[in-house]
Amino acid sequence: MLETKITQSRDTHKPPSAAVVEATNLSLTFQTNDGAVEALSDVSLTIGKGEFVSFIGPSGCGKTTFLRVIADLEQPTSGTISVNGMTPSEARERRAYGYVFQAAALYPWRTIDRNVGLPLEIMGLSKAEQRERVARTLELVNLTGFEKKFPWQLSGGMQQRASIARALAFDADLLLMDEPFGALDEIVRDHLNEQLLELWARTNKTICFVTHSIPEAVYLSTKIVVMSPRPGRVTDVIESTLPAKRPLDIRETPEFLAIAARVRDGLRAGHSYDD
Amino acid sequence: MTGARYIPVLTILAGIVVAWYVGAYLMNAPFQRQLDRRAGEAPTTIEFIAKTMSQPKPTLPAPHQVAVNFFENTFLRNVTSGRSLVYHSWVTLSSTLLGFLFGTVLGIVISIGIVHVLALDRSLMPWIIASQTIPILALAPMIVVVFAAIGLTGLIPKALISTYLSFFPVAVGMVKGLRSPERAYLDLMHTYNSSRSQVLWKLRLPASVPFLFASMKVAIAASLVGAIVGELPTGAVAGIGAKLLAGSYYSQTIDMFAALIAGSVVAVLLVTAVGIAGRITERAMGAQPA
Repeated sequence: MLETKITQSRDTHKPPSAAVVEATNLSLTFQTNDGAVEALSDVSLTIGKGEFVSFIGPSGCGKTTFLRVIADLEQPTSGTISVNGMTPSEARERRAYGYVFQAAALYPWRTIDRNVGLPLEIMGLSKAEQRERVARTLELVNLTGFEKKFPWQLSGGMQQRASIARALAFDADLLLMDEPFGALDEIVRDHLNEQLLELWARTNKTICFVTHSIPEAVYLSTKIVVMSPRPGRVTDVIESTLPAKRPLDIRETPEFLAIAARVRDGLRAGHSYDD
Repeated sequence: MTGARYIPVLTILAGIVVAWYVGAYLMNAPFQRQLDRRAGEAPTTIEFIAKTMSQPKPTLPAPHQVAVNFFENTFLRNVTSGRSLVYHSWVTLSSTLLGFLFGTVLGIVISIGIVHVLALDRSLMPWIIASQTIPILALAPMIVVVFAAIGLTGLIPKALISTYLSFFPVAVGMVKGLRSPERAYLDLMHTYNSSRSQVLWKLRLPASVPFLFASMKVAIAASLVGAIVGELPTGAVAGIGAKLLAGSYYSQTIDMFAALIAGSVVAVLLVTAVGIAGRITERAMGAQPA
Protein backbone atom coordinates (compact mmCIF):
# COMPACT_ATOMS: atom_id res chain seq x y z
CA MET A 1 0.00 0.00 0.00
CA LEU A 2 2.76 2.29 0.91
CA GLU A 3 4.66 0.91 -2.00
CA THR A 4 2.20 2.35 -4.47
CA LYS A 5 3.12 5.78 -3.18
CA ILE A 6 6.64 5.26 -4.38
CA THR A 7 6.63 6.20 -7.97
CA GLN A 8 7.96 3.73 -10.43
CA SER A 9 10.97 5.07 -12.19
CA ARG A 10 9.89 4.22 -15.68
CA ASP A 11 6.50 5.86 -15.13
CA THR A 12 7.64 9.26 -14.00
CA HIS A 13 11.19 9.40 -15.18
CA LYS A 14 11.41 12.40 -17.45
CA PRO A 15 14.24 12.29 -19.94
CA PRO A 16 16.95 14.33 -18.22
CA SER A 17 18.00 17.49 -19.92
CA ALA A 18 21.63 16.43 -19.71
CA ALA A 19 22.54 12.82 -19.05
CA VAL A 20 25.84 12.68 -17.21
CA VAL A 21 26.12 8.91 -17.50
CA GLU A 22 24.26 6.87 -20.06
CA ALA A 23 24.78 3.11 -20.21
CA THR A 24 23.06 0.89 -22.76
CA ASN A 25 23.17 -2.93 -22.61
CA LEU A 26 26.48 -2.73 -20.82
CA SER A 27 28.18 -6.07 -20.08
CA LEU A 28 31.54 -6.90 -18.61
CA THR A 29 33.02 -10.36 -18.23
CA PHE A 30 36.18 -11.00 -16.24
CA GLN A 31 38.34 -13.94 -17.24
CA THR A 32 39.56 -15.55 -14.04
CA ASN A 33 41.31 -18.82 -13.26
CA ASP A 34 37.93 -20.28 -12.29
CA GLY A 35 36.44 -19.34 -15.65
CA ALA A 36 34.48 -16.34 -16.86
CA VAL A 37 32.70 -14.15 -14.31
CA GLU A 38 29.90 -11.95 -15.53
CA ALA A 39 30.43 -8.84 -13.42
CA LEU A 40 27.89 -6.81 -15.38
CA SER A 41 25.15 -8.18 -17.57
CA ASP A 42 23.05 -6.03 -19.87
CA VAL A 43 22.96 -2.96 -17.64
CA SER A 44 21.10 0.05 -19.00
CA LEU A 45 20.94 3.15 -16.88
CA THR A 46 20.73 6.90 -17.22
CA ILE A 47 22.05 9.28 -14.60
CA GLY A 48 20.93 12.89 -14.98
CA LYS A 49 22.77 16.02 -13.98
CA GLY A 50 22.61 16.83 -10.28
CA GLU A 51 21.28 13.43 -9.25
CA PHE A 52 22.52 11.54 -6.21
CA VAL A 53 22.48 7.89 -7.27
CA SER A 54 23.21 5.03 -4.90
CA PHE A 55 24.19 1.57 -6.09
CA ILE A 56 23.28 -1.09 -3.58
CA GLY A 57 23.60 -4.85 -3.66
CA PRO A 58 25.51 -7.76 -2.18
CA SER A 59 29.17 -8.42 -2.95
CA GLY A 60 29.78 -9.41 -6.52
CA CYS A 61 26.74 -7.61 -7.92
CA GLY A 62 28.93 -5.37 -10.05
CA LYS A 63 28.20 -2.05 -8.35
CA THR A 64 31.88 -1.21 -7.93
CA THR A 65 32.62 -2.53 -11.42
CA PHE A 66 29.98 -0.22 -12.87
CA LEU A 67 31.59 2.74 -11.11
CA ARG A 68 34.99 1.66 -12.38
CA VAL A 69 33.65 1.45 -15.94
CA ILE A 70 32.41 5.04 -15.65
CA ALA A 71 35.88 5.99 -14.41
CA ASP A 72 37.62 4.17 -17.28
CA LEU A 73 39.30 1.86 -14.77
CA GLU A 74 37.63 -1.17 -16.42
CA GLN A 75 36.69 -1.75 -20.04
CA PRO A 76 33.20 -3.10 -20.83
CA THR A 77 33.02 -6.28 -22.91
CA SER A 78 29.96 -5.09 -24.82
CA GLY A 79 27.35 -2.35 -24.85
CA THR A 80 27.93 1.37 -24.79
CA ILE A 81 28.48 3.92 -22.08
CA SER A 82 28.94 7.65 -22.29
CA VAL A 83 30.10 10.09 -19.64
CA ASN A 84 29.19 13.72 -20.30
CA GLY A 85 28.46 12.61 -23.87
CA MET A 86 31.99 11.25 -24.32
CA THR A 87 33.59 7.86 -23.95
CA PRO A 88 34.82 7.18 -20.39
CA SER A 89 38.39 7.42 -21.65
CA GLU A 90 37.83 10.90 -23.14
CA ALA A 91 35.99 11.96 -20.01
CA ARG A 92 38.90 10.80 -17.87
CA GLU A 93 41.37 12.69 -20.04
CA ARG A 94 39.30 15.82 -19.44
CA ARG A 95 39.19 15.06 -15.72
CA ALA A 96 35.41 14.90 -15.76
CA TYR A 97 35.09 13.13 -12.44
CA GLY A 98 36.58 12.80 -8.99
CA TYR A 99 36.89 9.29 -7.55
CA VAL A 100 36.70 8.46 -3.84
CA PHE A 101 37.98 4.99 -2.96
CA GLN A 102 36.83 2.68 -0.22
CA ALA A 103 40.09 3.29 1.65
CA ALA A 104 41.04 6.94 1.82
CA ALA A 105 44.15 6.15 -0.27
CA LEU A 106 45.93 9.28 0.89
CA TYR A 107 49.63 9.19 0.07
CA PRO A 108 51.25 8.71 3.49
CA TRP A 109 54.32 10.80 2.65
CA ARG A 110 52.24 13.85 1.77
CA THR A 111 50.65 16.21 4.26
CA ILE A 112 46.88 16.72 3.94
CA ASP A 113 47.19 19.91 1.89
CA ARG A 114 49.64 18.26 -0.49
CA ASN A 115 47.37 15.23 -0.80
CA VAL A 116 44.42 17.42 -1.70
CA GLY A 117 46.68 19.39 -4.05
CA LEU A 118 47.97 16.25 -5.83
CA PRO A 119 45.48 16.35 -8.74
CA LEU A 120 46.09 20.09 -9.12
CA GLU A 121 49.86 19.49 -9.28
CA ILE A 122 49.33 16.86 -11.94
CA MET A 123 47.15 19.23 -13.94
CA GLY A 124 49.90 21.81 -13.77
CA LEU A 125 48.01 24.58 -11.97
CA SER A 126 50.02 27.51 -10.64
CA LYS A 127 51.21 27.30 -7.04
CA ALA A 128 48.97 30.20 -6.04
CA GLU A 129 45.89 28.64 -7.57
CA GLN A 130 46.74 25.28 -5.98
CA ARG A 131 46.93 26.94 -2.56
CA GLU A 132 43.69 28.79 -3.05
CA ARG A 133 41.76 25.70 -4.20
CA VAL A 134 43.19 23.46 -1.50
CA ALA A 135 42.14 25.97 1.15
CA ARG A 136 38.67 26.24 -0.37
CA THR A 137 38.06 22.48 -0.60
CA LEU A 138 39.46 21.78 2.85
CA GLU A 139 37.01 24.32 4.20
CA LEU A 140 34.22 22.57 2.31
CA VAL A 141 34.90 19.33 4.21
CA ASN A 142 35.63 21.08 7.52
CA LEU A 143 39.32 20.25 7.63
CA THR A 144 40.73 23.76 7.83
CA GLY A 145 43.61 23.75 10.28
CA PHE A 146 44.76 20.23 9.42
CA GLU A 147 46.74 21.23 6.31
CA LYS A 148 50.14 20.27 7.69
CA LYS A 149 49.13 16.99 9.31
CA PHE A 150 50.15 13.68 7.84
CA PRO A 151 47.33 11.19 7.13
CA TRP A 152 48.17 8.90 10.07
CA GLN A 153 47.65 11.84 12.42
CA LEU A 154 43.97 12.03 11.42
CA SER A 155 41.05 9.79 12.39
CA GLY A 156 39.52 7.47 9.81
CA GLY A 157 36.59 9.82 9.24
CA MET A 158 38.86 12.82 8.77
CA GLN A 159 41.03 10.86 6.35
CA GLN A 160 37.98 10.00 4.29
CA ARG A 161 36.92 13.67 4.32
CA ALA A 162 40.39 14.62 3.08
CA SER A 163 40.02 12.07 0.30
CA ILE A 164 36.65 13.62 -0.63
CA ALA A 165 38.32 17.04 -0.65
CA ARG A 166 40.95 15.66 -3.02
CA ALA A 167 38.20 14.45 -5.37
CA LEU A 168 36.49 17.85 -5.20
CA ALA A 169 39.64 19.95 -5.56
CA PHE A 170 39.60 20.17 -9.34
CA ASP A 171 35.90 20.93 -9.63
CA ALA A 172 34.73 17.95 -11.64
CA ASP A 173 30.95 17.88 -11.94
CA LEU A 174 30.75 14.16 -11.31
CA LEU A 175 31.75 12.51 -8.05
CA LEU A 176 32.18 8.72 -8.00
CA MET A 177 32.27 7.26 -4.50
CA ASP A 178 33.00 3.60 -3.89
CA GLU A 179 31.80 2.68 -0.38
CA PRO A 180 33.63 5.67 1.04
CA PHE A 181 32.23 5.23 4.56
CA GLY A 182 32.19 1.43 4.62
CA ALA A 183 35.06 1.13 7.07
CA LEU A 184 33.81 3.77 9.51
CA ASP A 185 31.69 3.32 12.60
CA GLU A 186 28.00 4.17 12.52
CA ILE A 187 28.19 7.48 14.39
CA VAL A 188 30.95 8.86 12.18
CA ARG A 189 29.11 7.52 9.16
CA ASP A 190 25.86 9.33 10.09
CA HIS A 191 27.78 12.52 10.54
CA LEU A 192 29.58 12.21 7.22
CA ASN A 193 26.32 11.32 5.45
CA GLU A 194 24.79 14.56 6.71
CA GLN A 195 27.83 16.52 5.62
CA LEU A 196 27.85 14.84 2.22
CA LEU A 197 24.22 15.80 1.59
CA GLU A 198 24.98 19.35 2.58
CA LEU A 199 27.97 19.40 0.27
CA TRP A 200 25.92 17.97 -2.57
CA ALA A 201 23.25 20.63 -2.07
CA ARG A 202 25.87 23.37 -2.05
CA THR A 203 27.93 22.23 -5.03
CA ASN A 204 25.18 20.80 -7.25
CA LYS A 205 27.36 17.92 -8.36
CA THR A 206 26.22 14.58 -9.71
CA ILE A 207 27.14 11.83 -7.27
CA CYS A 208 27.34 8.08 -7.84
CA PHE A 209 27.61 6.33 -4.52
CA VAL A 210 28.24 2.63 -3.93
CA THR A 211 27.11 1.22 -0.59
CA HIS A 212 26.19 -1.92 1.31
CA SER A 213 23.88 -0.11 3.66
CA ILE A 214 20.15 0.25 2.95
CA PRO A 215 19.60 3.21 5.34
CA GLU A 216 22.59 5.00 3.89
CA ALA A 217 21.35 4.51 0.33
CA VAL A 218 17.82 5.65 1.14
CA TYR A 219 18.95 8.60 3.25
CA LEU A 220 21.32 10.00 0.65
CA SER A 221 19.84 9.30 -2.74
CA THR A 222 17.48 10.77 -5.22
CA LYS A 223 17.72 7.48 -7.07
CA ILE A 224 18.55 4.01 -5.78
CA VAL A 225 19.83 1.35 -8.13
CA VAL A 226 19.34 -2.13 -6.66
CA MET A 227 21.68 -4.74 -8.10
CA SER A 228 22.07 -8.49 -7.73
CA PRO A 229 24.96 -10.83 -8.41
CA ARG A 230 25.80 -13.73 -10.78
CA PRO A 231 25.45 -12.19 -13.25
CA GLY A 232 25.70 -8.60 -11.96
CA ARG A 233 22.56 -6.80 -13.07
CA VAL A 234 20.11 -4.06 -12.16
CA THR A 235 16.95 -5.46 -10.55
CA ASP A 236 15.23 -2.24 -9.56
CA VAL A 237 15.61 1.50 -9.95
CA ILE A 238 13.82 3.51 -7.28
CA GLU A 239 13.23 7.24 -7.51
CA SER A 240 13.20 8.58 -3.98
CA THR A 241 10.21 10.64 -2.92
CA LEU A 242 11.97 12.06 0.13
CA PRO A 243 12.31 15.85 0.25
CA ALA A 244 15.63 17.43 -0.59
CA LYS A 245 16.07 18.62 2.96
CA ARG A 246 16.73 15.54 5.08
CA PRO A 247 17.43 15.68 8.78
CA LEU A 248 18.80 12.42 10.21
CA ASP A 249 15.48 11.58 11.88
CA ILE A 250 13.79 11.37 8.50
CA ARG A 251 14.92 7.77 8.80
CA GLU A 252 12.08 7.15 11.25
CA THR A 253 9.34 8.33 8.87
CA PRO A 254 6.99 5.84 7.16
CA GLU A 255 7.98 7.20 3.78
CA PHE A 256 11.63 6.43 4.44
CA LEU A 257 10.80 2.98 5.78
CA ALA A 258 8.66 2.22 2.74
CA ILE A 259 11.53 2.99 0.37
CA ALA A 260 13.88 0.96 2.55
CA ALA A 261 11.42 -1.96 2.42
CA ARG A 262 11.30 -1.79 -1.35
CA VAL A 263 15.09 -1.79 -1.53
CA ARG A 264 15.18 -4.80 0.78
CA ASP A 265 12.60 -6.59 -1.36
CA GLY A 266 14.68 -5.88 -4.43
CA LEU A 267 17.77 -7.29 -2.78
CA ARG A 268 15.89 -10.38 -1.62
CA ALA A 269 14.43 -10.95 -5.08
CA GLY A 270 17.93 -10.83 -6.51
CA HIS A 271 19.05 -13.52 -4.10
CA SER A 272 16.13 -15.91 -4.59
CA TYR A 273 16.75 -15.74 -8.31
CA ASP A 274 20.06 -17.35 -7.60
CA ASP A 275 18.88 -20.16 -5.31
CA MET B 1 66.22 -0.30 30.61
CA THR B 2 69.14 0.75 28.40
CA GLY B 3 71.41 -1.30 30.63
CA ALA B 4 69.27 -4.37 30.10
CA ARG B 5 69.70 -3.95 26.34
CA TYR B 6 73.49 -4.10 26.55
CA ILE B 7 73.87 -6.96 29.01
CA PRO B 8 73.29 -9.75 26.43
CA VAL B 9 75.63 -8.09 23.93
CA LEU B 10 78.37 -7.64 26.54
CA THR B 11 77.94 -11.24 27.74
CA ILE B 12 78.49 -12.57 24.24
CA LEU B 13 81.48 -10.23 23.80
CA ALA B 14 83.04 -11.46 27.05
CA GLY B 15 82.52 -15.05 25.89
CA ILE B 16 84.24 -14.32 22.59
CA VAL B 17 87.20 -12.65 24.31
CA VAL B 18 87.62 -15.62 26.68
CA ALA B 19 87.45 -18.11 23.80
CA TRP B 20 89.91 -15.96 21.86
CA TYR B 21 92.44 -16.02 24.71
CA VAL B 22 92.09 -19.78 25.06
CA GLY B 23 92.53 -20.13 21.30
CA ALA B 24 95.57 -17.83 21.30
CA TYR B 25 97.18 -19.97 24.00
CA LEU B 26 96.44 -23.25 22.22
CA MET B 27 97.62 -22.05 18.81
CA ASN B 28 100.74 -20.24 19.97
CA ALA B 29 101.88 -22.85 22.53
CA PRO B 30 103.60 -25.33 20.12
CA PHE B 31 105.84 -22.61 18.62
CA GLN B 32 106.58 -21.19 22.09
CA ARG B 33 107.63 -24.66 23.31
CA GLN B 34 110.04 -24.93 20.34
CA LEU B 35 111.51 -21.52 21.14
CA ASP B 36 111.94 -22.40 24.82
CA ARG B 37 113.54 -25.73 23.99
CA ARG B 38 116.05 -24.08 21.68
CA ALA B 39 116.85 -21.38 24.22
CA GLY B 40 117.12 -24.03 26.96
CA GLU B 41 114.58 -22.26 29.14
CA ALA B 42 112.09 -23.89 31.49
CA PRO B 43 109.47 -21.26 32.31
CA THR B 44 106.75 -21.78 34.91
CA THR B 45 103.23 -22.31 33.63
CA ILE B 46 102.28 -18.67 34.27
CA GLU B 47 105.40 -17.40 32.48
CA PHE B 48 104.72 -19.76 29.59
CA ILE B 49 101.13 -18.56 29.16
CA ALA B 50 102.29 -14.94 29.25
CA LYS B 51 104.86 -15.70 26.55
CA THR B 52 102.22 -17.22 24.22
CA MET B 53 100.34 -13.92 24.53
CA SER B 54 103.27 -11.67 23.63
CA GLN B 55 104.91 -13.21 20.57
CA PRO B 56 105.80 -10.57 17.91
CA LYS B 57 104.38 -12.74 15.08
CA PRO B 58 101.91 -15.09 16.74
CA THR B 59 99.84 -17.64 14.87
CA LEU B 60 96.77 -16.12 16.55
CA PRO B 61 97.40 -12.79 18.25
CA ALA B 62 95.82 -12.28 21.66
CA PRO B 63 93.02 -9.67 21.90
CA HIS B 64 95.12 -7.19 23.88
CA GLN B 65 97.92 -7.35 21.28
CA VAL B 66 95.42 -6.47 18.56
CA ALA B 67 93.87 -3.77 20.73
CA VAL B 68 97.23 -2.13 21.43
CA ASN B 69 98.26 -2.31 17.77
CA PHE B 70 94.86 -0.92 16.67
CA PHE B 71 95.04 1.88 19.22
CA GLU B 72 98.61 2.88 18.33
CA ASN B 73 98.04 2.79 14.58
CA THR B 74 94.75 4.63 14.82
CA PHE B 75 95.39 7.36 17.36
CA LEU B 76 99.14 7.73 17.74
CA ARG B 77 100.22 7.93 14.09
CA ASN B 78 100.17 10.91 11.82
CA VAL B 79 97.10 10.33 9.61
CA THR B 80 99.19 10.83 6.45
CA SER B 81 101.65 8.12 7.50
CA GLY B 82 101.60 4.75 5.71
CA ARG B 83 101.36 3.03 9.09
CA SER B 84 98.22 4.85 10.14
CA LEU B 85 95.03 2.81 10.01
CA VAL B 86 93.08 6.04 9.58
CA TYR B 87 95.01 6.66 6.38
CA HIS B 88 94.37 3.16 5.05
CA SER B 89 90.72 3.27 6.10
CA TRP B 90 90.29 6.58 4.31
CA VAL B 91 91.75 5.17 1.09
CA THR B 92 89.35 2.23 1.24
CA LEU B 93 86.47 4.45 2.36
CA SER B 94 86.85 6.85 -0.56
CA SER B 95 86.64 4.07 -3.12
CA THR B 96 83.78 2.45 -1.15
CA LEU B 97 81.77 5.67 -1.21
CA LEU B 98 82.42 6.36 -4.88
CA GLY B 99 81.53 2.78 -5.81
CA PHE B 100 78.44 2.91 -3.60
CA LEU B 101 77.32 6.13 -5.26
CA PHE B 102 77.75 4.64 -8.75
CA GLY B 103 76.10 1.39 -7.64
CA THR B 104 73.08 3.10 -6.10
CA VAL B 105 72.51 5.26 -9.17
CA LEU B 106 72.98 2.28 -11.48
CA GLY B 107 70.65 0.14 -9.35
CA ILE B 108 67.92 2.81 -9.39
CA VAL B 109 68.26 3.33 -13.15
CA ILE B 110 68.06 -0.43 -13.78
CA SER B 111 65.02 -0.80 -11.53
CA ILE B 112 63.20 2.07 -13.26
CA GLY B 113 63.97 0.41 -16.59
CA ILE B 114 62.69 -2.96 -15.39
CA VAL B 115 59.47 -1.49 -14.01
CA HIS B 116 58.72 0.59 -17.10
CA VAL B 117 59.95 -1.46 -20.04
CA LEU B 118 58.40 -4.88 -20.48
CA ALA B 119 61.33 -6.14 -22.56
CA LEU B 120 63.79 -5.25 -19.79
CA ASP B 121 61.50 -6.81 -17.19
CA ARG B 122 61.58 -10.08 -19.09
CA SER B 123 65.26 -10.07 -20.03
CA LEU B 124 67.39 -8.19 -17.54
CA MET B 125 66.83 -9.91 -14.20
CA PRO B 126 68.44 -13.28 -15.06
CA TRP B 127 71.59 -11.47 -16.25
CA ILE B 128 71.72 -9.37 -13.12
CA ILE B 129 71.42 -12.44 -10.93
CA ALA B 130 74.01 -14.30 -13.05
CA SER B 131 76.38 -11.35 -12.64
CA GLN B 132 76.38 -11.87 -8.90
CA THR B 133 77.29 -15.55 -9.11
CA ILE B 134 80.72 -14.76 -10.56
CA PRO B 135 83.25 -14.60 -7.70
CA ILE B 136 84.39 -11.02 -7.36
CA LEU B 137 87.91 -12.26 -6.61
CA ALA B 138 88.06 -13.70 -10.14
CA LEU B 139 86.63 -10.61 -11.73
CA ALA B 140 88.50 -7.89 -9.87
CA PRO B 141 91.91 -8.33 -11.57
CA MET B 142 90.22 -8.37 -14.98
CA ILE B 143 88.41 -5.12 -14.26
CA VAL B 144 91.67 -3.52 -13.15
CA VAL B 145 93.60 -4.79 -16.19
CA VAL B 146 90.91 -3.77 -18.68
CA PHE B 147 90.69 -0.26 -17.27
CA ALA B 148 94.46 0.10 -17.04
CA ALA B 149 94.58 -0.76 -20.75
CA ILE B 150 92.42 2.26 -21.54
CA GLY B 151 94.48 4.42 -19.21
CA LEU B 152 92.19 4.37 -16.17
CA THR B 153 93.99 3.48 -12.97
CA GLY B 154 93.69 4.28 -9.29
CA LEU B 155 90.40 5.09 -7.64
CA ILE B 156 87.93 4.50 -10.49
CA PRO B 157 88.64 0.80 -11.26
CA LYS B 158 88.56 -0.01 -7.56
CA ALA B 159 85.31 1.90 -7.14
CA LEU B 160 83.84 0.00 -10.10
CA ILE B 161 84.44 -3.27 -8.28
CA SER B 162 82.38 -1.84 -5.41
CA THR B 163 79.77 -0.74 -7.93
CA TYR B 164 79.57 -4.26 -9.29
CA LEU B 165 78.67 -5.59 -5.86
CA SER B 166 76.44 -2.74 -4.68
CA PHE B 167 74.13 -2.14 -7.64
CA PHE B 168 72.54 -5.57 -7.18
CA PRO B 169 70.76 -5.15 -3.82
CA VAL B 170 69.64 -1.66 -4.86
CA ALA B 171 68.24 -2.89 -8.19
CA VAL B 172 66.38 -5.80 -6.58
CA GLY B 173 65.07 -3.70 -3.66
CA MET B 174 64.00 -0.83 -5.88
CA VAL B 175 62.11 -3.06 -8.33
CA LYS B 176 60.09 -4.22 -5.34
CA GLY B 177 59.80 -0.67 -4.02
CA LEU B 178 58.66 0.84 -7.31
CA ARG B 179 56.03 -1.88 -7.56
CA SER B 180 54.91 -1.47 -3.96
CA PRO B 181 52.08 1.10 -4.40
CA GLU B 182 48.66 -0.46 -3.87
CA ARG B 183 46.10 -0.71 -6.64
CA ALA B 184 44.06 2.22 -5.29
CA TYR B 185 47.10 4.53 -5.34
CA LEU B 186 47.77 3.66 -8.98
CA ASP B 187 44.07 3.88 -9.92
CA LEU B 188 43.97 7.33 -8.38
CA MET B 189 46.81 8.46 -10.65
CA HIS B 190 44.98 6.93 -13.59
CA THR B 191 41.82 8.92 -12.82
CA TYR B 192 43.91 12.11 -12.95
CA ASN B 193 45.12 11.11 -16.41
CA SER B 194 48.69 11.44 -15.19
CA SER B 195 51.70 10.62 -17.33
CA ARG B 196 54.07 7.75 -16.57
CA SER B 197 56.74 10.15 -15.41
CA GLN B 198 54.26 11.80 -13.02
CA VAL B 199 53.35 8.38 -11.63
CA LEU B 200 57.07 7.68 -11.21
CA TRP B 201 57.95 10.94 -9.47
CA LYS B 202 54.83 11.45 -7.39
CA LEU B 203 53.99 7.87 -6.49
CA ARG B 204 56.50 5.14 -7.29
CA LEU B 205 59.68 6.86 -6.13
CA PRO B 206 58.31 8.23 -2.83
CA ALA B 207 56.73 4.84 -2.11
CA SER B 208 60.04 3.08 -2.69
CA VAL B 209 62.11 5.18 -0.27
CA PRO B 210 61.94 2.67 2.64
CA PHE B 211 63.01 -0.09 0.22
CA LEU B 212 65.84 2.10 -1.05
CA PHE B 213 67.34 2.63 2.38
CA ALA B 214 67.03 -1.04 3.31
CA SER B 215 68.84 -1.95 0.08
CA MET B 216 71.45 0.76 0.59
CA LYS B 217 72.39 -0.74 3.96
CA VAL B 218 73.24 -4.02 2.24
CA ALA B 219 74.82 -2.21 -0.71
CA ILE B 220 77.21 -0.10 1.35
CA ALA B 221 78.49 -3.15 3.23
CA ALA B 222 78.94 -4.93 -0.12
CA SER B 223 80.75 -1.84 -1.44
CA LEU B 224 83.23 -2.01 1.39
CA VAL B 225 83.89 -5.69 0.72
CA GLY B 226 84.34 -4.82 -2.96
CA ALA B 227 86.82 -2.06 -2.16
CA ILE B 228 88.89 -4.30 0.13
CA VAL B 229 88.83 -7.19 -2.35
CA GLY B 230 89.67 -4.74 -5.11
CA GLU B 231 92.87 -3.80 -3.30
CA LEU B 232 94.08 -7.39 -2.94
CA PRO B 233 94.95 -8.38 -6.53
CA THR B 234 95.71 -4.92 -7.85
CA GLY B 235 99.00 -4.28 -6.17
CA ALA B 236 97.48 -1.40 -4.25
CA VAL B 237 99.94 0.14 -1.80
CA ALA B 238 97.33 1.71 0.42
CA GLY B 239 93.97 0.68 1.84
CA ILE B 240 92.72 -1.91 4.28
CA GLY B 241 93.05 -4.63 1.62
CA ALA B 242 96.66 -3.65 0.89
CA LYS B 243 97.41 -3.67 4.59
CA LEU B 244 95.94 -7.19 4.89
CA LEU B 245 98.00 -8.38 1.95
CA ALA B 246 101.23 -6.86 3.27
CA GLY B 247 100.54 -8.37 6.68
CA SER B 248 100.12 -11.82 5.15
CA TYR B 249 103.40 -11.50 3.18
CA TYR B 250 105.39 -10.72 6.31
CA SER B 251 103.39 -12.84 8.78
CA GLN B 252 102.41 -9.70 10.68
CA THR B 253 99.30 -11.28 12.06
CA ILE B 254 98.73 -8.53 14.62
CA ASP B 255 98.69 -5.93 11.81
CA MET B 256 96.26 -8.06 9.84
CA PHE B 257 93.85 -8.38 12.74
CA ALA B 258 94.10 -4.65 13.45
CA ALA B 259 93.32 -3.97 9.78
CA LEU B 260 90.33 -6.31 9.94
CA ILE B 261 89.03 -4.47 12.98
CA ALA B 262 89.51 -1.17 11.18
CA GLY B 263 87.46 -2.60 8.31
CA SER B 264 84.68 -3.69 10.68
CA VAL B 265 84.61 -0.28 12.35
CA VAL B 266 84.29 1.39 8.94
CA ALA B 267 81.48 -1.05 8.02
CA VAL B 268 79.58 -0.34 11.24
CA LEU B 269 79.96 3.41 10.75
CA LEU B 270 78.78 3.24 7.14
CA VAL B 271 75.74 1.04 7.83
CA THR B 272 74.83 3.23 10.81
CA ALA B 273 75.18 6.37 8.69
CA VAL B 274 72.83 4.94 6.04
CA GLY B 275 70.39 3.93 8.79
CA ILE B 276 70.38 7.43 10.28
CA ALA B 277 70.00 9.06 6.85
CA GLY B 278 67.07 6.69 6.23
CA ARG B 279 65.38 7.57 9.49
CA ILE B 280 65.78 11.30 8.92
CA THR B 281 64.40 11.00 5.38
CA GLU B 282 61.45 8.87 6.42
CA ARG B 283 60.64 11.21 9.29
CA ALA B 284 60.64 14.13 6.88
CA MET B 285 58.29 12.11 4.67
CA GLY B 286 55.80 11.76 7.49
CA ALA B 287 56.64 8.29 8.76
CA GLN B 288 54.91 7.52 12.02
CA PRO B 289 57.53 7.59 14.79
CA ALA B 290 57.92 4.07 16.12
